[in-house]
Amino acid sequence: MAALDQTQVKEGVDQETVDAVREVGTYKYGWETEIEMEYAPKGVNPDIVRLISGKNDEPVWMTEWRLAAFDRWTQMDEPKWAMVNYPEIDFQDQYYYARPKSMEEKPKSLDEVDPKLLATYEKLGIPLKEQMILAGVEGAEDAPAEGRKVAVDAVFDSVSVGTTFQAELKKAGVIFCSISEAIKEHPELVKKYLGTVVPPSDNFYATLNSAVFSDGSFVYVPPGVRCPMELSTYFRINAENTGQFERTLIIADKGSYVSYLEGCTAPQRDTAQLHAAVVEIIVEEDAEVKYSTVQNWYPGDENGKGGIYNFVTKRADCRGDRSKVMWTQVETGSAVTWKYPSCILRGNDSQGEFYSIAITNNCQQADTGTKMVHLGKNTKSRIVSKGISAGKAQNTYRGLVSMHPKAKDSRNYTQCDSLLIGDKCGAHTVPYIEVKNNSSRVEHEATTSKVDDDQLFYCRQRGMDEEEAVALVVNGFCKDVLQALPMEFAMEAQQLVAISLEGSVG
Amino acid sequence: MALPQAKLTATEERLASLVMPEAGCTRKAREAALARVREMGLPGRRDEYWKYTRPDTLISAEAPSAALFHTDEPMMFHEFDRLKIVFIDGVFSPEESDDLSMEGVKIDRLEDICCKDIHWAKELYGVLEARGQSPVQRPLAALNTAFASDGVAIHVTGKPSKPISLIYRHASETSDAILHHIIRVESGAEVTILENGPAASRFNKCIEIDIADGGTLHHIRAQGRDHQRRAATHMFTRMGQESIYKSFTLTVNGVLTRNEQVIELTGDDAVAHVAGACVGDGDFHHDDTVFVTHDAVNCESRQVFKKVLRNGATGVFQGKILVKEGAQKTDGYQISQSLLLDDDSQFLAKPELEIYADDVACSHGSTSGAIDETALFYLRSRGVPSREATDMLTLAFLAEAVEEIEDEALAEVIVSRLQDWLARRS
Repeated sequence: MAALDQTQVKEGVDQETVDAVREVGTYKYGWETEIEMEYAPKGVNPDIVRLISGKNDEPVWMTEWRLAAFDRWTQMDEPKWAMVNYPEIDFQDQYYYARPKSMEEKPKSLDEVDPKLLATYEKLGIPLKEQMILAGVEGAEDAPAEGRKVAVDAVFDSVSVGTTFQAELKKAGVIFCSISEAIKEHPELVKKYLGTVVPPSDNFYATLNSAVFSDGSFVYVPPGVRCPMELSTYFRINAENTGQFERTLIIADKGSYVSYLEGCTAPQRDTAQLHAAVVEIIVEEDAEVKYSTVQNWYPGDENGKGGIYNFVTKRADCRGDRSKVMWTQVETGSAVTWKYPSCILRGNDSQGEFYSIAITNNCQQADTGTKMVHLGKNTKSRIVSKGISAGKAQNTYRGLVSMHPKAKDSRNYTQCDSLLIGDKCGAHTVPYIEVKNNSSRVEHEATTSKVDDDQLFYCRQRGMDEEEAVALVVNGFCKDVLQALPMEFAMEAQQLVAISLEGSVG
Repeated sequence: MALPQAKLTATEERLASLVMPEAGCTRKAREAALARVREMGLPGRRDEYWKYTRPDTLISAEAPSAALFHTDEPMMFHEFDRLKIVFIDGVFSPEESDDLSMEGVKIDRLEDICCKDIHWAKELYGVLEARGQSPVQRPLAALNTAFASDGVAIHVTGKPSKPISLIYRHASETSDAILHHIIRVESGAEVTILENGPAASRFNKCIEIDIADGGTLHHIRAQGRDHQRRAATHMFTRMGQESIYKSFTLTVNGVLTRNEQVIELTGDDAVAHVAGACVGDGDFHHDDTVFVTHDAVNCESRQVFKKVLRNGATGVFQGKILVKEGAQKTDGYQISQSLLLDDDSQFLAKPELEIYADDVACSHGSTSGAIDETALFYLRSRGVPSREATDMLTLAFLAEAVEEIEDEALAEVIVSRLQDWLARRS
């Protein structure tokens, strides 16, 4: 954007236009909040694990659980199979715990939260004050007159700063709080479910997370309850050289329903930062969970300097019959993404869906996809993945569809499409298909192509500039996935798609 | 990086059972290949590239034995006029082979090329195999280059009047054959290569094929009926401008078959088609591993693989299309499908795309399932008995792969073999 800064503004062009143009094509969330932080010493070892556990006032069983995970982690190797290249990470050169000083004494209500923190979220467009809930997004037909409510849990570096609408949720019996709070307030639930979907020994990053996770969200929806509003977590990395390790645990008890949204951003920095999260979802009989993510971590600059390394383990266990889970993700940020939201379809007639848009530009690398493990009879899964690669970026879909011998009459449909913009980027597809019974049907299709010249020509003819035209074509390409997103996210995602591709044409 | 101890031990044990032949001018290539084997180690169960096929019996020091298959049926392709080159348990048989001279082609035994000064052979032996070791390692092919005990060098300079038929007979219950052929098709030349027979109780075969600009090679292979045989085969093909390579493989038996095809399109406008039909029963395990690299503009590649499996048979497909930077206007297609005739059989697939150029049209598809009940019902309602209807649908399923064979007479032979297999059903 340097060139633009130096451009003389022509007469007749108003300042607003210039500002709007300047803003587009840059990472909007790259600013930093100056706030006094408290850090644990750099590096990771049993003492740090104990320290993190201590900071959260955890019971002994939790501390031991973490220490066992740490012990396991020291015996594990970093996975190398993904199609991503990045310099060796020095795991001892990171801070594993950082929290705003003002959070030392946990505020009892949002009114006590440091105004600087609230301002941060306000700037990000995340409403934390309940009265500030935005009016419904334009065209949200089913939204009640006073606007749709979304309860938010905001996580700033290592700690949760506040959760909105807790009282209203409580009325419905829904527990929505930070995981550190849940460990104290609802130990029986945490003990029963934590680590049952993603065991502490699952993989290198998940094991590290099990040892050092500092906070995250906890959701419990009791039997038969339809969660009265959408739940949302907003993750913000602010401190430098700090890894964020959050842990989310969602339990949808029999016959319940919940829709959960996740968003993330980080400041613009020259050094890469680590983010290794774990999300576990338990879906009991007849329950349904929708999990939507818009991942917009700082992607690094156009030369690949800085950015977030995003190594995430997300898994849903459809334990009960007729349970259903739906993952939707829009991945536009991060320098490196390593993420495979998966579904274990254990219950008979259970369903798993995965809708994904992964956009990589400049030097970004994404290796993402899903696993659908069919164990129960008559289970169904559907995968729709759209990968868009521009600049010098590499975008890989990696997935597994496994039909076990007992998963009779099951069904999978997979569609992965890749779009290439420019001749320096790459798009790859690595599906694994394992079919071990003959009453199940598995279909996999994948295509790779470039933005269609005819379509571009048509748009240009109608007076669009080239970038607009590409954004429109790409939005069309992603339509199947965008439609699966909740309304608020769909709008944001559509704009993100356009912004992420700025500078990729020409 | 040092090899894991188990892999090192297995590799050294296998190497100890082999002797490098007196090889003259191929000596250097063989020693380099041996060094590659030591560096990579032989495949192990934990290797990603062997995720779905256990290599244990392919690398053991002793070859497992395989009962001989006796039949009164005439050998495959017997009705065709062809130039026969016969190997018995991996050893060339001058008595059973035809005279190797034919217009438009020069054929030599591998052991002869060291004393004759055949430059093209020296420049090809082990070269494409070495190129094919990256980005994926194929240690069994390097092992083959180092220790191949026989094989032929085929130099095609014109358009020979009849196909060259490589016949592999299996005569002794325990035999461990390692054959290595090299084929060079000169500019504008055209040849058909036929291969058939089980070869040995364990067969490791490697063919390196270099097709010059405008050259054409047709390859039709039928892997022998001896059920207990094991085979690991590699075909490395490098293709020049406007060259054509078409390969089809039929597999109806064998407890373990691993067929690797490594194709590199290095000249513009080249066309490569590889297809395979396999029908398996019981402890049958069949693995098609294909790696196509597009490194030139406007090339076309097609992979069509169909597998019919029953009684617990396993079918594996690992296919990849790699489009390198600058290989614009690539047309890449890949389809792998399996028809599971009962609940015990399984299909394991990993169809991959890796693409670094934007102006391409690449697609792949993979499906697995049982016979379509609606189609079956339709046929039965028209008075076709259930068994016949199933056979019709099975053949129709395999047809897409068989259609890749250009020569209609050869395609008919393949279809009749498939019909025989269906008729043999208990």
